[in-house]
Amino acid sequence: MTTETTPVPSAPASTEPEMLTGSGAIIRTLELLGVTDVFGIPGGAVIPLYDELMTQTKIRHILVRHEQGAGHAAEGYASATGRVGVAIATSGPGATNLVTAIADAYMDSVPLLAITGQVFSTSMGTDAFQEADIIGITMPITKHSFLARRAEEIPAAIASAYHIASTGRPGPVLVDITKDAQQNLAPFIWPPKLDLPGYRPIVKAHGKQVQAAAQLLLAAKKPVLYVGGGVIRAHASAELLVLAEATGAPVVTTLMARGAFPDSHPQHLGMPGMHGTVPAVLALQESDLIISFGARFDDRVTGKISEFAPNAKIVHVDVDPAEISKIRMADVPIVGDAKDVIADLTLAFADAAQGSTPDTIEWWTYLSGLKEEFPLGFTEPTDGLLAPQYVIQRIGELTGPEAVYAAGVGQHQMWAAQYIKYERPNSWLNSGGAGTMGYSVPAAMGAKVAEPDRVVWSIDGDGCFQMTNQELATCTINNIPIKVAIINNSSLGMVRQWQSLFYDGRHSFTDLNTGHGTAMVPDFVKMADAYGALGIRVTSKDQVDDAIKLALATNDRPVVIDFIVSPGAMVWPMVPQGVSNSFVQYAKDHAPTWGDE
Amino acid sequence: MTSHVLSLLVEDKPGLLTRVAGLFARRGFNIESLAVGPSEIVGLSRITILVDVEGVPLEQVTKQLNKLINVIKIVELDAAQSVQRDHLLIKVKVDNTTRSQVLEAVTLFRARVVDVSTDAVVIEVTGGSGKTQALLRVLEPYGIREIAQSGLLAIGRGSKSITERVFKN
Repeated sequence: MTTETTPVPSAPASTEPEMLTGSGAIIRTLELLGVTDVFGIPGGAVIPLYDELMTQTKIRHILVRHEQGAGHAAEGYASATGRVGVAIATSGPGATNLVTAIADAYMDSVPLLAITGQVFSTSMGTDAFQEADIIGITMPITKHSFLARRAEEIPAAIASAYHIASTGRPGPVLVDITKDAQQNLAPFIWPPKLDLPGYRPIVKAHGKQVQAAAQLLLAAKKPVLYVGGGVIRAHASAELLVLAEATGAPVVTTLMARGAFPDSHPQHLGMPGMHGTVPAVLALQESDLIISFGARFDDRVTGKISEFAPNAKIVHVDVDPAEISKIRMADVPIVGDAKDVIADLTLAFADAAQGSTPDTIEWWTYLSGLKEEFPLGFTEPTDGLLAPQYVIQRIGELTGPEAVYAAGVGQHQMWAAQYIKYERPNSWLNSGGAGTMGYSVPAAMGAKVAEPDRVVWSIDGDGCFQMTNQELATCTINNIPIKVAIINNSSLGMVRQWQSLFYDGRHSFTDLNTGHGTAMVPDFVKMADAYGALGIRVTSKDQVDDAIKLALATNDRPVVIDFIVSPGAMVWPMVPQGVSNSFVQYAKDHAPTWGDE
Repeated sequence: MTSHVLSLLVEDKPGLLTRVAGLFARRGFNIESLAVGPSEIVGLSRITILVDVEGVPLEQVTKQLNKLINVIKIVELDAAQSVQRDHLLIKVKVDNTTRSQVLEAVTLFRARVVDVSTDAVVIEVTGGSGKTQALLRVLEPYGIREIAQSGLLAIGRGSKSITERVFKN
């Protein structure tokens, strides 16, 4: 064939890349990545983006009332589903208002994509109106960040950010986009080339290490599976159940991992840590083999680290190599995705065991004794007011495990972790690492957007609620009927508890005057009403069930129940800060007895 | 505490140095010296960091650095297996009586004079820290006006390269 006879078709017009504004490219990229919901609030530097958002129908934009609400809503959305949550804010204060949520997502490994507007690229660095170096500000609390100064850079920046946020150890990624990049036209090329030569998350673990772990598990007399939030992020609950049942080993689930393993399972000892169950705390402490999956030996779990589980060998499984041996030296380090590693370990264990099971009878006799002697429990408050634990327990019992529960931070968070029984992953959302008061209401809102068919409870405190309750307006206007239970003890309860226990009862600035016997400012029921939500006040035990049932039956608007509870109630058990877990206190001045310690 | 030399191959991206330096500060590690420049591959820079830490924290800092998306590779360069050099510019006061003594020291240390004026000379010296420190001690009595020092530079001995196997895929 000669060149003259070879027909050379002219490129059809449709193969020419479409010209889009940078803003159009942002939305097209999000669409193509599968994003269906975003949370945000416009401002000067994102008007071009919002102009494009208005003209499209594939992405639902939820207009929040504060950027922190957008951030936590995106977190709640992500934590309830495992999908990437997206938050949008303008430059300067809009972006800095996202900072708390970004820090929160970083601590709890939440896949969060934060998109911020930036001033014109020509004005950057001049202290222009609403200019903030948000990339610089968030560098320590993001997994990575991108600055797009030109429209051409946008698809790759957002696609890379999405990829980084959702793979390996998930986390927040920020994309800062200048206003001119949003306005200018550029050819839209999909898929963009992701140029990330330095990003190679390890998923598949080293076979030899897995076999070593299986051998240890087979030989262990006192094994514990220490399950962290990584198991939930890795969607590894089904694999965990198989491994647990194959080995017969007891399981503890950390604050971040509540629901990763069914609470109803007989091998489950509950939550370890400062406010963990006595069996879970002591199982870790006395163990001879701790297999950690996606947990990070947080100080709230280990207590005084030098005295933590002194006789235990450690198998540490994490997708992030930097977590391994960061706090406690691992005997067998395993870098890999929890889902893969647990499945591999189950196989390796079956191979090594050849049908036999580890000899854990004595261990289980001891643990069962602890379970029996030290069940979770509370005493009725002496002031005649409602027990907060009872309220939370009833919410869980009347609503069931298919719901989503999002807690704020403090006493109510601990009680919600203890007294609601979780049977499935992603049903428990909270701010574990950062301890962000105000997380609950917006996170519940985000979860309800992601999972509209599930009941979503915000279990909140009177302090937390006052930090982010403005999102009730968002819920009412956008038909997001969450249910808020304010565990109103009229104070910053956890701080108050520490003041009671460790500061000689000096309750310095922890009274909020929202509850019993106070001016009740603000009146949460009136506030609910003002927001278009159903407000209910509960002051006695006999009203609790009716109020919860009314909330469950009300789905045309948000519900706020103001549970007026006793300020005197404390979270037990407790391991005081800075001491060994061996000193776990079941209740005030009541620690388990130790035969040989 | 012991000094370790880390050699980083990094993408030449805006803010990269902030990310690396910020990580050291945030995790409580002390950078003794830092040298940054282009590598032999376009778009990649090489950072040499002298850091003063114990063995276990060093592993932690290496792992944390590896998590930075723009960091492609990290190696620790052992003193015996690498060539390590400081580069200094030293301005020394001289007059007619001291100039020849200063120039003699320059010759003895195989340093070079790169600028001369009536009352000062600028000396350039390259070498291990033992040599450069010794030269500074010798020059000190004449009056050192100022010093500009590069971070430590280091490269592994032999034919191996840090960029090997980086882009095999």
